[in-house]
Amino acid sequence: MILLQLFWSFIQIGLFSFGGGYAALPLIQEQVVNVHGWLTVQEFADVVTISQMTPGPIALNAASFVGTRISGIPGALVATLGNVLPSLLIVLVLAWFYFKYRSLRVMQGVLYGLRPAVVALIASAGLSILFLALFGSQAFPSSTSTVSWFAVILFVLGFIVVRIKKTNPILIILSGGVVTVVLHIAGIAL
Amino acid sequence: MTTQNSLPNGTSRAKLFWTLFKTTFTLSAFTVGGGYVIVPLMRKSFVDKLSWIEENEMLDLIAIAQSAPGPIAVNTSILVGYKIAGVAGALVTLLGTILPPLIILTLLSFIYNAIKDNRIVQALFFGMSIGVAVVILDAVVTMARTVLKTRKVLPVIIMVLAFIATYALKLNIIIIILSCAAIGILAVLVATHNESKKTFRGDAG
Repeated sequence: MILLQLFWSFIQIGLFSFGGGYAALPLIQEQVVNVHGWLTVQEFADVVTISQMTPGPIALNAASFVGTRISGIPGALVATLGNVLPSLLIVLVLAWFYFKYRSLRVMQGVLYGLRPAVVALIASAGLSILFLALFGSQAFPSSTSTVSWFAVILFVLGFIVVRIKKTNPILIILSGGVVTVVLHIAGIAL
Repeated sequence: MTTQNSLPNGTSRAKLFWTLFKTTFTLSAFTVGGGYVIVPLMRKSFVDKLSWIEENEMLDLIAIAQSAPGPIAVNTSILVGYKIAGVAGALVTLLGTILPPLIILTLLSFIYNAIKDNRIVQALFFGMSIGVAVVILDAVVTMARTVLKTRKVLPVIIMVLAFIATYALKLNIIIIILSCAAIGILAVLVATHNESKKTFRGDAG
């Protein structure tokens, strides 16, 4: 039964993630964390980190990882197939139309409305990951007692570097990991 | 649906499928960074190296891949396979693209269970998650600037409302996406009707 739910969840994720891997993240979070409670927010943040670090399309990485976590290898297969099934059908229909008509007015309209919305959705997913790291919760904290000032400093530094230098994302992510591991081994509480 | 063009010269069907599979499998297995990195490399393979697709047609295929839902690398590989060898070709390239993540991430997922309680691994993931937040919010700033640069009111309004709807009001994302798509279609229809195509073409190209 859980395989069926997993399949249906990832069909919805595949069907509504316009704009690639990042756009799929908020949808995966909604289905996997909020609707079904298959993963905690912490585990979801780990999924995002691992999906970014490994080769291949991010959405597929997340689907395989989440699927395996929830229901083993059958789970990974079901989540991956569910994720690509809408793409396969829609893209083949679009390809057929393209080679026949080569201009898609309605599709341009869909894109026109979705581009700005997708930015907002990704911003929201990014903020929940950020707040989890900085404050230990998804929302802005009511007091400063739970704030990890180390994380705040690391984030601000990283953000400045990436905006100015256009550094490779993988390098940024790895640097964050290396700095915290070194501090941990040095015995400095985070 | 039939193949869109004849097979590339002197290539047997089995060899063609094998090349399609090998190319997409390799790209998916070794390219870190997702669709926006894989797609340019796919263009390099199929346009520059194999000469199976013309430059302009490849750009159209990428635009279609971006306008359809789902991972862009998956969509592009389906389109490339379909263009070269019809529906069977599309299935072959799809398989080539989804197999590597399936294998790699399934293995990692099992390892994750064993290592996630390790203190050093936790410190590593904590630091990397800050890096991920940096990368995602950097992408958001870049994308938001593209929306603001259009100097059109409607996209900015859509962006702000969509953010409030998802972050503050916690509305269902699918409802937000469908509403914004409907607004977009309506805007295009109105623009077409008024024949003020300039205003639309400027930011939908």
